[in-house]
Amino acid sequence: MISLLRIELYKIFKRPRTYISFGIVTAITFIIQLAMLSGGRDFIAFGMQGVSEQFDIQGHILNGYLVTYIILQSLLIHIPLLVALVAGDALAGEANLGVLRLLLTKPIARSRLVLVKFISSVIYTILLIVWLAIVALFLSLLLFGPGDMINMKSDAFVLILKNDIMWRYVAAFGFATLAMTTIAALSLFLSAFADNSIGPIMTTMGMVVVLTILSNLELPLFNIIKPYLFTTHMIGWKGFFDDPVPYAAIGRSAMVLVGYTVGFVTATILYFNKKDIKS
Amino acid sequence: MEPIIETRGLAKSFKSFKAVDNLSFTIRHGDVYGFLGQNGAGKSTTMRMLLGLIFPDSGQIFINGQEFDNSKRHLLKNIGAIIERPDMYGYLSGWDNLKIFAALSDKHIKPARLHEVIEMVGLKGRENDKVKAYSQGMKQRLGIAIATVHQPDLLILDEPTNGLDPQGIAEMRALILSLSKDHGKTILISSHLLYEIEHVATRMIVLNKGKKIVEGPVSELLNPDETLIEIECAPDEGLKSKIMQSGWGGHLQVCKAGAFTMKMNVNRTPDFNKWMVENGIRVQEIRSKHSLEAYFLSLTTETTATK
Repeated sequence: MISLLRIELYKIFKRPRTYISFGIVTAITFIIQLAMLSGGRDFIAFGMQGVSEQFDIQGHILNGYLVTYIILQSLLIHIPLLVALVAGDALAGEANLGVLRLLLTKPIARSRLVLVKFISSVIYTILLIVWLAIVALFLSLLLFGPGDMINMKSDAFVLILKNDIMWRYVAAFGFATLAMTTIAALSLFLSAFADNSIGPIMTTMGMVVVLTILSNLELPLFNIIKPYLFTTHMIGWKGFFDDPVPYAAIGRSAMVLVGYTVGFVTATILYFNKKDIKS
Repeated sequence: MEPIIETRGLAKSFKSFKAVDNLSFTIRHGDVYGFLGQNGAGKSTTMRMLLGLIFPDSGQIFINGQEFDNSKRHLLKNIGAIIERPDMYGYLSGWDNLKIFAALSDKHIKPARLHEVIEMVGLKGRENDKVKAYSQGMKQRLGIAIATVHQPDLLILDEPTNGLDPQGIAEMRALILSLSKDHGKTILISSHLLYEIEHVATRMIVLNKGKKIVEGPVSELLNPDETLIEIECAPDEGLKSKIMQSGWGGHLQVCKAGAFTMKMNVNRTPDFNKWMVENGIRVQEIRSKHSLEAYFLSLTTETTATK
């Protein structure tokens, strides 16, 4: 299993396409940081209009922690695509290359192959999120400096003291990794049905977009299904920036995401174990 | 000794199409077993079932006497294969590809063995190039290296000469013969190039529409005296009736206005040529086909005619 995993990771990280995702994350993060450096103060002033009339706010509101929060809000919508680029390619891409045929003439259990492909997709996801943490959090702190963070919600402002923030980011990045693992499992599942990777990648994105819209629409019809959609729970990381932190809700969301992940991986194994390899 | 491969009543359908129908055959240790059949005859499907790529609807496969199914994939440990094209990771070098597939073979393979097979297939000096820069012939040779690196007892080669130029075909044939004679491998090989099979196979099976037509030693199945003679002549509408009315009618296989095929003892060709000249058939060319090609065509034509 370990040797199979090592081979899988070797293949992923030898492929130039893999690094596109890291480049995209870096580029978007850098663009947002640049925009915040040049016009961030006006942006914050606009957002704080109502509050500054009623409260006396001192210190740097535009600091590294707030910029990281803004980057996370923007990027975590797009990261599923970057995860799907690798996970959606795991089985379908190899079928398209014709390598899956050669691979499965070797004495490897198919279920083990699926598991290894899932684990390697998760490792890739973790590295992507860690990279995001480095470029978003540490670079923002370097450029804007630390400070207390004001989390501007639609109905409230949450003030988080600077000594109380770092653990929240660690937890938020951890939760984001879990959410992206669910996306990886979904992509891998779709990948088992296809013989080229475009289909699973596009279908994953299509599902994420449609389900995210359903998760956010305030209509009674959708309120019934919302708790069961994984997209509803993917934004659970935001809970770590509330006061008090809604641990029960975050835990529920984590359980739903784990449930979906296990479900997708099990379904992939069951299907792939019986699939005729004709490509 | 147990046969290395045995199938009993193997069957596989894709929707309403019966790809393989009640197929039983045996491959013994040391055989170079030719797998013949037209496109869609069921050769590739059968080979894929032997390798666990496709699951049979019914029937059994035995590898070295043990029944093979998806839960016993360890039985593939002693098999090497190329199915259709030897596709590999184009963004990796030949060496990396070989190393990866060697590691997947569930045997401990030392680097010296990797060097040995690279040399055997003639890729020394090019092993560090990316596979996407390889020619089709080099990919086929790397495919053979991957199939043999773990020193399997049985090689399953599906169309190993596909896409090769004449020189590449000759090299591949020499390599297959060497694997059989010098390295003692049992080989199951399919090819559209019947000439190739004729020169390497010791036993063969002919499939048509998923069914076995004939199986046995090549030397017994091929009648060296009987061959197909192809004749091209000036267009003649009455050609077929002229032949049918003569004593040669029973030898006629296919007849068009300007060309026909006869099946006969090669020694009778001069007599037939004389008859054609005497009967005003203006012959442009006479050529004999290879014996296996003649045999294969007669088998598949007869089966089609019967249907």
